[in-house]
Amino acid sequence: MALAKFDIQNLNLYYGNMQALKDIHFDIKPQHITALIGPSGCGKSTFLRTLNRMNDLIAGVRLEGSILLDGQDIYQPDEDVVNLRKRVGMVFQRPNPFPMSVYDNIAYGPRIHGLKDKRKLDQIVEQSLKAAALWEEIKDRLHRSALSLSGGQQQRLCVARLLAVEPEVLLMDEPTSALDPISTIKVEELITELKNQYTIVIVTHNMQQAARVSDTTAFFLNGELVESGHTEGIFTMPRDKRTEDYITGRFG
Amino acid sequence: MPMSTRQSFDRQLMDLQQHILRMASFVEKAIYDSVESLAKQNTDLARGVIENDDSIDELYNDIEYTIIKIIATQQPIAKDLRLAVSGLKIIMSLERMGDFAVDIAKVTLRLSGQRLIKPLVKIHEMAHLAQRMVKDGLDAYVNLDEAKARKMCSYDDDVDYYFREVFEELIEFMKKDPTSIEQATSLLLVCRYLERIADYATNIGEEVVFLITGYWEEMN
Repeated sequence: MALAKFDIQNLNLYYGNMQALKDIHFDIKPQHITALIGPSGCGKSTFLRTLNRMNDLIAGVRLEGSILLDGQDIYQPDEDVVNLRKRVGMVFQRPNPFPMSVYDNIAYGPRIHGLKDKRKLDQIVEQSLKAAALWEEIKDRLHRSALSLSGGQQQRLCVARLLAVEPEVLLMDEPTSALDPISTIKVEELITELKNQYTIVIVTHNMQQAARVSDTTAFFLNGELVESGHTEGIFTMPRDKRTEDYITGRFG
Repeated sequence: MPMSTRQSFDRQLMDLQQHILRMASFVEKAIYDSVESLAKQNTDLARGVIENDDSIDELYNDIEYTIIKIIATQQPIAKDLRLAVSGLKIIMSLERMGDFAVDIAKVTLRLSGQRLIKPLVKIHEMAHLAQRMVKDGLDAYVNLDEAKARKMCSYDDDVDYYFREVFEELIEFMKKDPTSIEQATSLLLVCRYLERIADYATNIGEEVVFLITGYWEEMN
Protein backbone atom coordinates (compact mmCIF):
# COMPACT_ATOMS: atom_id res chain seq x y z
CA MET A 1 0.00 0.00 0.00
CA ALA A 2 1.24 3.44 -0.93
CA LEU A 3 1.88 5.97 1.82
CA ALA A 4 -1.04 8.11 2.90
CA LYS A 5 -1.55 11.31 0.91
CA PHE A 6 -2.80 12.98 4.07
CA ASP A 7 -1.82 11.79 7.50
CA ILE A 8 -4.03 13.41 10.13
CA GLN A 9 -3.14 13.06 13.79
CA ASN A 10 -4.82 14.32 16.98
CA LEU A 11 -6.78 16.92 15.06
CA ASN A 12 -8.89 19.24 17.20
CA LEU A 13 -10.60 22.33 15.87
CA TYR A 14 -12.47 25.04 17.74
CA TYR A 15 -14.74 27.83 16.57
CA GLY A 16 -14.22 30.11 19.57
CA ASN A 17 -15.33 27.95 22.51
CA MET A 18 -17.15 25.44 20.38
CA GLN A 19 -15.18 22.32 19.56
CA ALA A 20 -16.05 21.28 16.01
CA LEU A 21 -13.55 18.44 15.54
CA LYS A 22 -12.50 16.09 18.33
CA ASP A 23 -9.25 14.19 18.23
CA ILE A 24 -9.44 13.02 14.64
CA HIS A 25 -6.96 10.41 13.44
CA PHE A 26 -7.29 9.56 9.78
CA ASP A 27 -5.27 8.60 6.71
CA ILE A 28 -6.39 9.62 3.25
CA LYS A 29 -5.08 7.33 0.57
CA PRO A 30 -3.71 8.56 -2.76
CA GLN A 31 -5.58 7.82 -6.02
CA HIS A 32 -8.55 6.94 -3.93
CA ILE A 33 -11.97 8.43 -3.34
CA THR A 34 -12.81 9.12 0.27
CA ALA A 35 -16.37 10.07 1.16
CA LEU A 36 -17.18 11.99 4.34
CA ILE A 37 -20.72 11.47 5.58
CA GLY A 38 -22.69 12.54 8.63
CA PRO A 39 -25.58 14.76 9.66
CA SER A 40 -25.46 18.55 9.34
CA GLY A 41 -23.12 20.09 11.86
CA CYS A 42 -21.16 16.87 12.41
CA GLY A 43 -17.87 18.48 11.32
CA LYS A 44 -17.35 16.80 7.96
CA SER A 45 -17.17 20.05 5.95
CA THR A 46 -15.02 21.64 8.63
CA PHE A 47 -12.72 18.64 8.37
CA LEU A 48 -12.62 18.92 4.57
CA ARG A 49 -11.66 22.58 4.82
CA THR A 50 -8.77 21.83 7.16
CA LEU A 51 -7.13 19.94 4.29
CA ASN A 52 -6.35 23.10 2.32
CA ARG A 53 -6.60 25.54 5.18
CA MET A 54 -9.85 27.12 4.08
CA ASN A 55 -10.72 27.52 7.76
CA ASP A 56 -7.91 30.08 8.03
CA LEU A 57 -10.36 32.51 6.46
CA ILE A 58 -12.80 32.17 9.36
CA ALA A 59 -12.23 34.37 12.40
CA GLY A 60 -11.83 32.63 15.77
CA VAL A 61 -10.79 29.27 14.43
CA ARG A 62 -8.14 27.44 16.44
CA LEU A 63 -6.60 24.18 15.39
CA GLU A 64 -4.48 21.60 17.22
CA GLY A 65 -2.77 18.46 16.00
CA SER A 66 -1.11 17.82 12.70
CA ILE A 67 -2.06 17.35 9.07
CA LEU A 68 0.71 15.99 6.89
CA LEU A 69 0.47 16.20 3.12
CA ASP A 70 3.05 13.84 1.62
CA GLY A 71 4.76 13.93 5.00
CA GLN A 72 4.92 17.74 5.29
CA ASP A 73 2.89 19.57 7.93
CA ILE A 74 0.62 22.00 6.05
CA TYR A 75 0.13 24.10 9.20
CA GLN A 76 3.81 25.02 9.53
CA PRO A 77 4.19 28.81 9.84
CA ASP A 78 6.23 28.99 6.62
CA GLU A 79 3.72 27.02 4.57
CA ASP A 80 2.84 28.75 1.28
CA VAL A 81 -0.94 28.67 1.50
CA VAL A 82 -1.48 29.79 -2.10
CA ASN A 83 0.68 26.93 -3.30
CA LEU A 84 -1.10 24.55 -0.91
CA ARG A 85 -4.46 25.48 -2.43
CA LYS A 86 -3.04 24.93 -5.89
CA ARG A 87 -2.03 21.43 -4.86
CA VAL A 88 -5.26 20.84 -2.94
CA GLY A 89 -8.14 22.37 -4.87
CA MET A 90 -11.78 22.61 -3.94
CA VAL A 91 -15.15 22.32 -5.67
CA PHE A 92 -18.11 23.77 -3.84
CA GLN A 93 -21.75 22.95 -3.40
CA ARG A 94 -22.99 25.48 -5.92
CA PRO A 95 -21.13 25.85 -9.20
CA ASN A 96 -19.28 29.16 -8.99
CA PRO A 97 -17.76 29.94 -12.37
CA PHE A 98 -16.30 33.43 -12.79
CA PRO A 99 -18.51 35.82 -14.81
CA MET A 100 -16.31 35.50 -17.86
CA SER A 101 -15.96 33.16 -20.83
CA VAL A 102 -15.51 29.39 -20.51
CA TYR A 103 -12.00 29.80 -21.87
CA ASP A 104 -11.02 32.56 -19.45
CA ASN A 105 -12.39 30.62 -16.49
CA ILE A 106 -9.96 27.84 -17.18
CA ALA A 107 -7.06 30.03 -18.25
CA TYR A 108 -7.49 32.12 -15.11
CA GLY A 109 -5.41 29.92 -12.82
CA PRO A 110 -2.51 29.26 -15.19
CA ARG A 111 -2.38 33.00 -16.03
CA ILE A 112 -2.23 33.90 -12.35
CA HIS A 113 0.66 31.50 -11.99
CA GLY A 114 2.41 33.44 -14.79
CA LEU A 115 1.59 31.58 -17.98
CA LYS A 116 1.13 33.84 -21.03
CA ASP A 117 1.82 31.60 -24.03
CA LYS A 118 -1.42 31.48 -26.03
CA ARG A 119 -0.73 28.06 -27.58
CA LYS A 120 0.08 26.56 -24.22
CA LEU A 121 -3.08 28.09 -22.72
CA ASP A 122 -5.20 26.70 -25.58
CA GLN A 123 -3.75 23.32 -24.86
CA ILE A 124 -4.46 23.54 -21.12
CA VAL A 125 -8.06 24.64 -21.77
CA GLU A 126 -8.67 21.74 -24.10
CA GLN A 127 -7.00 19.18 -21.85
CA SER A 128 -8.80 20.39 -18.77
CA LEU A 129 -12.19 20.37 -20.46
CA LYS A 130 -11.52 16.91 -21.82
CA ALA A 131 -10.48 15.65 -18.40
CA ALA A 132 -13.66 17.15 -16.94
CA ALA A 133 -15.75 15.36 -19.61
CA LEU A 134 -17.04 18.68 -20.92
CA TRP A 135 -15.02 19.26 -24.11
CA GLU A 136 -17.38 17.56 -26.55
CA GLU A 137 -20.37 19.44 -25.19
CA ILE A 138 -18.95 22.95 -25.27
CA LYS A 139 -15.90 23.04 -27.59
CA ASP A 140 -17.81 25.38 -29.93
CA ARG A 141 -18.80 27.73 -27.14
CA LEU A 142 -15.46 28.43 -25.50
CA HIS A 143 -15.85 32.17 -25.77
CA ARG A 144 -19.38 32.38 -24.49
CA SER A 145 -20.09 33.32 -20.92
CA ALA A 146 -19.64 30.43 -18.49
CA LEU A 147 -22.89 31.55 -16.91
CA SER A 148 -24.79 30.46 -20.02
CA LEU A 149 -23.98 26.81 -19.27
CA SER A 150 -26.35 24.47 -17.43
CA GLY A 151 -25.76 23.84 -13.72
CA GLY A 152 -24.18 20.46 -14.38
CA GLN A 153 -21.91 21.91 -17.06
CA GLN A 154 -20.95 24.78 -14.76
CA GLN A 155 -19.97 22.32 -12.05
CA ARG A 156 -17.82 20.32 -14.45
CA LEU A 157 -16.33 23.62 -15.64
CA CYS A 158 -15.35 24.31 -12.04
CA VAL A 159 -13.64 20.93 -11.96
CA ALA A 160 -11.89 21.75 -15.26
CA ARG A 161 -10.79 25.08 -13.79
CA LEU A 162 -9.21 23.21 -10.89
CA LEU A 163 -7.51 20.68 -13.14
CA ALA A 164 -5.91 23.50 -15.16
CA VAL A 165 -3.54 24.27 -12.30
CA GLU A 166 -2.55 20.60 -11.99
CA PRO A 167 -3.61 19.87 -8.44
CA GLU A 168 -2.89 16.63 -6.60
CA VAL A 169 -5.94 16.53 -4.40
CA LEU A 170 -9.53 17.50 -5.19
CA LEU A 171 -11.78 18.41 -2.29
CA MET A 172 -15.47 18.40 -3.12
CA ASP A 173 -18.07 19.82 -0.77
CA GLU A 174 -21.43 18.37 -1.82
CA PRO A 175 -20.58 18.88 -5.48
CA THR A 176 -23.89 17.60 -6.82
CA SER A 177 -26.39 18.79 -4.24
CA ALA A 178 -27.55 21.60 -6.55
CA LEU A 179 -27.68 19.43 -9.67
CA ASP A 180 -30.38 17.40 -11.37
CA PRO A 181 -30.03 13.58 -11.46
CA ILE A 182 -28.49 13.38 -14.94
CA SER A 183 -25.91 16.07 -14.18
CA THR A 184 -25.28 14.32 -10.88
CA ILE A 185 -24.50 11.06 -12.65
CA LYS A 186 -22.17 12.89 -15.07
CA VAL A 187 -20.27 14.48 -12.22
CA GLU A 188 -20.09 11.11 -10.43
CA GLU A 189 -18.75 9.47 -13.58
CA LEU A 190 -16.21 12.27 -13.81
CA ILE A 191 -15.13 11.78 -10.21
CA THR A 192 -14.64 8.06 -10.84
CA GLU A 193 -12.54 8.84 -13.94
CA LEU A 194 -10.39 11.36 -12.10
CA LYS A 195 -9.56 8.89 -9.35
CA ASN A 196 -6.75 7.39 -11.43
CA GLN A 197 -4.81 10.63 -11.31
CA TYR A 198 -5.98 12.49 -8.25
CA THR A 199 -6.73 11.94 -4.60
CA ILE A 200 -10.36 12.86 -4.05
CA VAL A 201 -12.20 13.70 -0.86
CA ILE A 202 -15.92 14.28 -1.17
CA VAL A 203 -18.48 15.47 1.38
CA THR A 204 -21.94 14.28 0.55
CA HIS A 205 -25.38 14.12 2.12
CA ASN A 206 -26.41 11.63 -0.52
CA MET A 207 -25.80 8.22 1.01
CA GLN A 208 -26.21 6.40 -2.27
CA GLN A 209 -23.66 8.71 -3.84
CA ALA A 210 -21.11 7.88 -1.17
CA ALA A 211 -21.87 4.19 -1.72
CA ARG A 212 -21.58 4.51 -5.52
CA VAL A 213 -18.44 6.55 -5.95
CA SER A 214 -16.17 6.17 -2.96
CA ASP A 215 -13.59 3.59 -1.96
CA THR A 216 -13.42 4.62 1.67
CA THR A 217 -16.20 6.14 3.73
CA ALA A 218 -15.78 8.03 6.98
CA PHE A 219 -18.73 8.74 9.24
CA PHE A 220 -18.65 11.86 11.42
CA LEU A 221 -20.95 12.65 14.31
CA ASN A 222 -20.76 15.57 16.74
CA GLY A 223 -17.21 16.37 15.66
CA GLU A 224 -15.98 12.80 16.10
CA LEU A 225 -14.86 10.39 13.45
CA VAL A 226 -17.06 7.48 14.51
CA GLU A 227 -16.08 4.92 11.93
CA SER A 228 -14.16 4.66 8.68
CA GLY A 229 -13.35 1.83 6.34
CA HIS A 230 -14.03 0.25 2.97
CA THR A 231 -17.22 1.76 1.60
CA GLU A 232 -18.63 -1.67 0.88
CA GLY A 233 -18.22 -2.67 4.50
CA ILE A 234 -19.65 0.57 5.88
CA PHE A 235 -22.78 0.20 3.78
CA THR A 236 -23.35 -3.50 4.31
CA MET A 237 -22.08 -4.20 7.80
CA PRO A 238 -21.14 -1.08 9.76
CA ARG A 239 -19.43 -1.84 13.06
CA ASP A 240 -20.83 1.01 15.10
CA LYS A 241 -24.52 1.22 15.99
CA ARG A 242 -24.47 5.00 15.37
CA THR A 243 -23.22 4.44 11.82
CA GLU A 244 -25.92 1.85 11.20
CA ASP A 245 -28.61 4.19 12.52
CA TYR A 246 -27.40 7.05 10.37
CA ILE A 247 -26.95 5.25 7.07
CA THR A 248 -30.29 3.46 7.40
CA GLY A 249 -31.94 6.81 8.09
CA ARG A 250 -32.95 6.05 11.66
CA PHE A 251 -31.84 9.29 13.18
CA GLY A 252 -31.16 12.77 11.92
CA MET B 1 -36.92 -1.80 15.83
CA PRO B 2 -35.22 1.36 17.21
CA MET B 3 -37.12 4.61 17.63
CA SER B 4 -37.04 5.85 14.16
CA THR B 5 -37.17 8.77 11.82
CA ARG B 6 -38.37 6.30 9.19
CA GLN B 7 -41.63 5.20 10.71
CA SER B 8 -43.44 4.39 7.49
CA PHE B 9 -40.44 2.39 6.29
CA ASP B 10 -40.29 0.51 9.58
CA ARG B 11 -43.99 -0.20 9.27
CA GLN B 12 -43.40 -1.59 5.79
CA LEU B 13 -40.68 -3.87 7.12
CA MET B 14 -42.91 -5.05 9.94
CA ASP B 15 -45.78 -5.71 7.55
CA LEU B 16 -43.37 -7.64 5.37
CA GLN B 17 -42.38 -9.85 8.29
CA GLN B 18 -46.03 -10.43 9.17
CA HIS B 19 -46.75 -11.54 5.62
CA ILE B 20 -43.82 -13.92 5.64
CA LEU B 21 -45.02 -15.34 8.97
CA ARG B 22 -48.45 -15.86 7.46
CA MET B 23 -46.99 -17.68 4.48
CA ALA B 24 -44.90 -19.82 6.84
CA SER B 25 -47.96 -20.79 8.88
CA PHE B 26 -49.66 -21.97 5.67
CA VAL B 27 -46.60 -24.03 4.79
CA GLU B 28 -46.36 -25.53 8.27
CA LYS B 29 -49.99 -26.59 8.03
CA ALA B 30 -49.46 -28.02 4.55
CA ILE B 31 -46.56 -30.16 5.79
CA TYR B 32 -48.56 -31.43 8.74
CA ASP B 33 -51.76 -32.04 6.77
CA SER B 34 -50.00 -33.82 3.93
CA VAL B 35 -48.46 -36.42 6.25
CA GLU B 36 -51.66 -36.64 8.29
CA SER B 37 -53.66 -37.25 5.10
CA LEU B 38 -51.30 -40.08 4.25
CA ALA B 39 -51.39 -41.70 7.70
CA LYS B 40 -55.18 -41.43 7.96
CA GLN B 41 -55.75 -42.12 4.26
CA ASN B 42 -57.80 -38.96 4.19
CA THR B 43 -58.12 -37.93 0.54
CA ASP B 44 -60.17 -34.80 1.35
CA LEU B 45 -57.36 -33.53 3.49
CA ALA B 46 -54.89 -34.33 0.71
CA ARG B 47 -56.97 -32.42 -1.84
CA GLY B 48 -57.10 -29.50 0.61
CA VAL B 49 -53.30 -29.42 0.72
CA ILE B 50 -53.15 -29.36 -3.08
CA GLU B 51 -55.74 -26.58 -3.36
CA ASN B 52 -54.23 -24.47 -0.58
CA ASP B 53 -50.91 -24.45 -2.38
CA ASP B 54 -52.39 -21.80 -4.66
CA SER B 55 -52.74 -19.52 -1.64
CA ILE B 56 -49.11 -20.14 -0.75
CA ASP B 57 -48.06 -19.29 -4.31
CA GLU B 58 -50.20 -16.16 -4.23
CA LEU B 59 -48.60 -15.05 -0.97
CA TYR B 60 -45.22 -15.76 -2.50
CA ASN B 61 -46.00 -13.44 -5.43
CA ASP B 62 -47.37 -10.70 -3.18
CA ILE B 63 -44.40 -10.80 -0.84
CA GLU B 64 -41.91 -10.89 -3.69
CA TYR B 65 -43.55 -7.82 -5.18
CA THR B 66 -43.53 -6.08 -1.80
CA ILE B 67 -39.82 -6.71 -1.37
CA ILE B 68 -39.02 -5.47 -4.88
CA LYS B 69 -41.07 -2.36 -4.16
CA ILE B 70 -39.23 -1.77 -0.88
CA ILE B 71 -35.86 -2.10 -2.62
CA ALA B 72 -36.93 0.21 -5.45
CA THR B 73 -38.54 2.91 -3.34
CA GLN B 74 -36.67 2.83 -0.02
CA GLN B 75 -33.18 1.83 -1.14
CA PRO B 76 -32.54 -0.22 1.99
CA ILE B 77 -28.93 -0.68 3.08
CA ALA B 78 -27.04 -2.56 5.77
CA LYS B 79 -29.41 -4.44 8.12
CA ASP B 80 -32.49 -3.31 6.18
CA LEU B 81 -31.09 -4.65 2.94
CA ARG B 82 -30.23 -7.97 4.58
CA LEU B 83 -33.77 -8.15 5.94
CA ALA B 84 -35.21 -7.65 2.46
CA VAL B 85 -32.83 -10.05 0.72
CA SER B 86 -33.14 -12.77 3.36
CA GLY B 87 -36.93 -12.31 3.22
CA LEU B 88 -36.82 -12.98 -0.49
CA LYS B 89 -34.76 -16.13 -0.03
CA ILE B 90 -36.90 -17.36 2.86
CA ILE B 91 -40.10 -17.17 0.81
CA MET B 92 -38.38 -19.08 -1.99
CA SER B 93 -37.59 -21.85 0.49
CA LEU B 94 -41.14 -21.77 1.86
CA GLU B 95 -42.61 -21.99 -1.61
CA ARG B 96 -40.53 -25.08 -2.37
CA MET B 97 -41.60 -26.69 0.90
CA GLY B 98 -45.21 -26.10 -0.05
CA ASP B 99 -44.59 -27.91 -3.34
CA PHE B 100 -43.13 -30.90 -1.48
CA ALA B 101 -46.22 -31.01 0.75
CA VAL B 102 -48.29 -31.15 -2.46
CA ASP B 103 -46.12 -34.04 -3.67
CA ILE B 104 -46.80 -35.88 -0.42
CA ALA B 105 -50.55 -35.21 -0.73
CA LYS B 106 -50.45 -36.68 -4.22
CA VAL B 107 -48.94 -39.86 -2.77
CA THR B 108 -51.95 -40.00 -0.43
CA LEU B 109 -54.26 -39.89 -3.45
CA ARG B 110 -52.19 -42.51 -5.27
CA LEU B 111 -52.25 -44.92 -2.31
CA SER B 112 -55.89 -44.31 -1.48
CA GLY B 113 -57.75 -47.53 -0.65
CA GLN B 114 -54.54 -49.48 0.01
CA ARG B 115 -53.72 -50.84 3.43
CA LEU B 116 -50.45 -49.21 4.57
CA ILE B 117 -47.59 -51.69 4.90
CA LYS B 118 -46.42 -50.03 8.11
CA PRO B 119 -47.62 -47.42 10.58
CA LEU B 120 -45.98 -44.08 9.74
CA VAL B 121 -44.34 -43.45 13.09
CA LYS B 122 -40.96 -42.21 11.93
CA ILE B 123 -42.40 -40.44 8.94
CA HIS B 124 -44.71 -38.61 11.31
CA GLU B 125 -41.76 -37.71 13.47
CA MET B 126 -39.91 -36.35 10.43
CA ALA B 127 -42.91 -34.23 9.51
CA HIS B 128 -43.16 -32.99 13.06
CA LEU B 129 -39.48 -32.00 13.09
CA ALA B 130 -39.72 -30.31 9.70
CA GLN B 131 -42.74 -28.36 10.83
CA ARG B 132 -40.97 -27.35 14.02
CA MET B 133 -37.95 -26.20 12.01
CA VAL B 134 -40.14 -23.91 9.91
CA LYS B 135 -41.80 -22.46 12.98
CA ASP B 136 -38.57 -21.91 14.92
CA GLY B 137 -36.82 -20.58 11.81
CA LEU B 138 -39.48 -17.94 11.34
CA ASP B 139 -39.51 -17.07 15.05
CA ALA B 140 -35.77 -16.60 14.82
CA TYR B 141 -36.20 -14.42 11.72
CA VAL B 142 -38.75 -12.12 13.31
CA ASN B 143 -37.01 -11.90 16.69
CA LEU B 144 -33.44 -11.85 15.30
CA ASP B 145 -32.67 -14.84 17.50
CA GLU B 146 -29.37 -16.28 16.31
CA ALA B 147 -29.25 -19.07 18.94
CA LYS B 148 -32.69 -20.30 17.95
CA ALA B 149 -31.73 -20.30 14.28
CA ARG B 150 -28.65 -22.42 14.99
CA LYS B 151 -30.56 -24.82 17.23
CA MET B 152 -33.27 -25.21 14.64
CA CYS B 153 -30.71 -26.18 12.00
CA SER B 154 -29.42 -28.96 14.23
CA TYR B 155 -32.80 -30.74 13.90
CA ASP B 156 -31.84 -31.44 10.32
CA ASP B 157 -29.47 -34.13 11.60
CA ASP B 158 -32.39 -35.88 13.32
CA VAL B 159 -34.43 -35.73 10.15
CA ASP B 160 -31.53 -37.21 8.19
CA TYR B 161 -31.18 -39.95 10.80
CA TYR B 162 -34.87 -40.91 10.46
CA PHE B 163 -34.56 -40.76 6.72
CA ARG B 164 -31.79 -43.36 6.69
CA GLU B 165 -33.70 -45.59 9.13
CA VAL B 166 -36.96 -45.51 7.20
CA PHE B 167 -35.04 -45.97 3.98
CA GLU B 168 -33.51 -49.21 5.23
CA GLU B 169 -36.82 -50.46 6.63
CA LEU B 170 -38.55 -49.90 3.32
CA ILE B 171 -35.79 -51.68 1.41
CA GLU B 172 -36.29 -54.65 3.73
CA PHE B 173 -40.02 -54.61 3.02
CA MET B 174 -39.36 -54.65 -0.69
CA LYS B 175 -36.90 -57.52 -0.40
CA LYS B 176 -39.28 -59.64 1.64
CA ASP B 177 -42.43 -58.87 -0.29
CA PRO B 178 -42.14 -57.71 -3.89
CA THR B 179 -45.84 -56.77 -3.94
CA SER B 180 -44.98 -54.00 -1.47
CA ILE B 181 -42.59 -52.39 -3.95
CA GLU B 182 -45.07 -49.94 -5.38
CA GLN B 183 -46.23 -48.61 -2.02
CA ALA B 184 -42.77 -48.75 -0.43
CA THR B 185 -41.37 -46.70 -3.31
CA SER B 186 -44.06 -44.07 -2.77
CA LEU B 187 -43.29 -43.94 0.96
CA LEU B 188 -39.61 -43.67 0.11
CA LEU B 189 -40.42 -40.61 -1.93
CA VAL B 190 -42.40 -39.15 0.97
CA CYS B 191 -39.35 -39.60 3.16
CA ARG B 192 -37.20 -37.96 0.57
CA TYR B 193 -39.63 -35.00 0.33
CA LEU B 194 -39.57 -34.55 4.10
CA GLU B 195 -35.81 -34.72 4.11
CA ARG B 196 -35.71 -32.01 1.43
CA ILE B 197 -38.21 -29.90 3.36
CA ALA B 198 -35.86 -30.02 6.34
CA ASP B 199 -32.98 -28.94 4.09
CA TYR B 200 -34.98 -25.92 2.93
CA ALA B 201 -35.81 -25.16 6.56
CA THR B 202 -32.07 -25.20 7.26
CA ASN B 203 -31.66 -22.60 4.52
CA ILE B 204 -34.01 -20.38 6.49
CA GLY B 205 -31.81 -20.77 9.55
CA GLU B 206 -28.78 -19.81 7.47
CA GLU B 207 -30.61 -16.73 6.21
CA VAL B 208 -31.37 -15.68 9.76
CA VAL B 209 -27.73 -16.06 10.80
CA PHE B 210 -26.72 -14.01 7.73
CA LEU B 211 -29.29 -11.37 8.59
CA ILE B 212 -27.90 -11.00 12.09
CA THR B 213 -24.16 -11.43 11.55
CA GLY B 214 -23.71 -10.43 7.91
CA TYR B 215 -21.84 -13.66 7.17
CA TRP B 216 -22.83 -16.80 5.32
CA GLU B 217 -22.45 -20.12 7.04
CA GLU B 218 -23.28 -23.58 5.80
CA MET B 219 -25.24 -25.25 8.58
CA ASN B 220 -26.14 -28.70 7.38
